[in-house]
Amino acid sequence: MLQTENMIHLRGLHKSYVTGSNSLHVLKGIDLHIAPGEFVSIMGSSGSGKSTLLNILGILDNYDQGQYTLAGNPIVKMSETKAAAFRNQLIGFVFQSFNLISFKNALENVALPLYYQKISRRKRNQMAMEYLDRMGLADWANHMPNELSGGQKQRIAIARALISKPKVILADEPTGALDTQTSYEVMDILKEVNAQGITILIVTHEHDIAAMTNRIIRLRDGVIAEDIRNGEVKKIKEMAFAAAI
Amino acid sequence: MFDRDRWQEIFETLKKNKMRTFFTAFGVFWGIFMLMIMLGSGEGLRKGASSGMGDMATNSMFMWTQQTTMPYKGFPRGRFYNFNNADTRAMIENIDGIEYIAPRIQGRSATGDNNVVRGERTGAFNIQGDYPAYNLIDPMNINQGRFINDNDIALNRKVAVIGQRVRNEMFNADENPIGEYIRINGVYFQIVGVASSRKRDHQAMQDNQNIYIPFTTLQKTYNYGDIVGWYSITARKGTSVADVETRAKALMRKRHNVHPDDTRAVGSFNVENEFLKMNRLFAGISGLIWIVGIGTLMAGVIGISNIMLVVIKERTKEIGIQRAIGARPWTIVSQIITESVFLTTFAGYLGLVAGVGVIELVNKALQGAGDSAGMFKDPSVSFHVAVSALVILIIAGVIAGIIPARKAVKVKPIEALRYE
Ligand SMILES: Nc1ncnc2c1ncn2[C@@H]1O[C@H](COP(=O)(O)OP(=O)(O)OP(=O)(O)O)[C@@H](O)[C@H]1O
Ligand SMILES: [Mg+2]
Repeated sequence: MLQTENMIHLRGLHKSYVTGSNSLHVLKGIDLHIAPGEFVSIMGSSGSGKSTLLNILGILDNYDQGQYTLAGNPIVKMSETKAAAFRNQLIGFVFQSFNLISFKNALENVALPLYYQKISRRKRNQMAMEYLDRMGLADWANHMPNELSGGQKQRIAIARALISKPKVILADEPTGALDTQTSYEVMDILKEVNAQGITILIVTHEHDIAAMTNRIIRLRDGVIAEDIRNGEVKKIKEMAFAAAI
Repeated sequence: MFDRDRWQEIFETLKKNKMRTFFTAFGVFWGIFMLMIMLGSGEGLRKGASSGMGDMATNSMFMWTQQTTMPYKGFPRGRFYNFNNADTRAMIENIDGIEYIAPRIQGRSATGDNNVVRGERTGAFNIQGDYPAYNLIDPMNINQGRFINDNDIALNRKVAVIGQRVRNEMFNADENPIGEYIRINGVYFQIVGVASSRKRDHQAMQDNQNIYIPFTTLQKTYNYGDIVGWYSITARKGTSVADVETRAKALMRKRHNVHPDDTRAVGSFNVENEFLKMNRLFAGISGLIWIVGIGTLMAGVIGISNIMLVVIKERTKEIGIQRAIGARPWTIVSQIITESVFLTTFAGYLGLVAGVGVIELVNKALQGAGDSAGMFKDPSVSFHVAVSALVILIIAGVIAGIIPARKAVKVKPIEALRYE
């Protein structure tokens, strides 16, 4: 029931950062429902808690209060081993700074999540090659990350996020380090991925990038201030286009 | 375990800091190298010391008469007395712990005047009257012919087994002494054997200038009556030689009217005691070596643990990425421990090989130098010592890896990812 309706279900989520005697209340009761196959962007001013929210969704960080259900699995306080299994099987991460392993070549980087699933080297390299091919990077399989452009690195990171066939892709400013042209290429790829039914959440500052998604969530003062869908998104897109002219 | 991704990571971290890796590994290398050298030397010392005793039965004792120190049954103190053939029989009959008993007697003019003549050649040698059993208790190498046998004893044969040095002085190198005659204190003896000592240095020299003739022949020919000079005795398996020693001495005191408490009237020497003392000494030395060696090794291992901590810190972000894409804590922990075990075992193995190599070289040099090496003989490290050293290394590697590994997974994944 819940599973089919909600990929991500948040209710009354709170998060504070405690540093020494100071406590910073960042998320002040987030309620959010994201259905399977949605393509959502999270916006908000710097320091509004976008990354904090995404990290909690990615089970990289814990929350203080509320409920979080991911693909029907209640995400509560759990062992790091279990969390790792969820991350490996349900979630694919894409980072602003790509976060490729520097001493592994493109192919090995893409194959790495499968290594943690104990899939044989032959099998995982074969699969990694397929995903690299889908990203149009088959010829770059044996190149090291420092021999690749930012766009190529991000496409490899996307391939790595996809290889374990996750239900959700979480991307924190995936285009933040790329020029406009390359950003659009990466977004095209993400749209394709979304078209295959994978739920995607991205954090972004750029309106034109947000406009390419189907839903925009705006954070302000630790709560969701705006939640704009579909047609409305198109309107914004046109506005952005008009502004560009 | 044998996946390439695992080893790729290990070599990557080692390669990144060649100098640091080298110096850390050197600590372990040196620890195990020194341990091997010390153990090998200890073994060399032990063998050197025990070879001084030849192949003398460890369960043997010697017993001789001394002056009495207490008056008893009307005899004054300070009396001299001798063992005799009846004592031999009495001991065989009364002390069931005896395995071999060899009465011995030494001929006169052991030193001083030349007592041995062959044609133009003369020499001064010790004459020993012996039973065949003597060569079982304190065996010599019989280079030619045979030792004294039972028939020689029964028939009072005038035969002799000569020491190697006697042979060299009384015969040319190309002569065969077997069957030849020599005159000992005016009596002709036919040579039936040539013997040389298995001991070392001074003791070997003495053995090699002895002439061994049948005990009974010596008693008869040189008018010793039924006197026995001293006894060499071994204890049966399962019987302590100290026990045999006590009982034999008590029996002798009784038979020769010596006060039961006059312990000094019968002299004795118990080889087993000497062996035990020596074994205890070398067990102590080897224990010390292990303590010092393990200490040195520990220093090396702590170095490895430290370096692993630094490596973990440098790789925090990378470990964060790995955990974000699904590496379980155990994957990270076992990776780090493998790395640490690899480093320790590899460096340790090199140290082991180098240590054993040096010992082998010393061994070769000693063998080249021949017998004169003295206190040091066949230094070596046994296979099981080498294997236990390796096992210790692997365990040490695991221990060295545990602290850094635990530290690596204690960080929250998000904090590791944020680390710059
Ligand atoms: N580990 C932390 N410890 C303490 N405070 C933190 C920590 N991480 C984030 N914060 C604070 O929490 C608030 C939200 O941070 P967050 O990174 O979620 O913002 P953001 O919306 O992603 O901002 P940006 O757009 O600049 O990336 C900020 O005020 C930040 O300083
Ligand atoms: Mg952020």
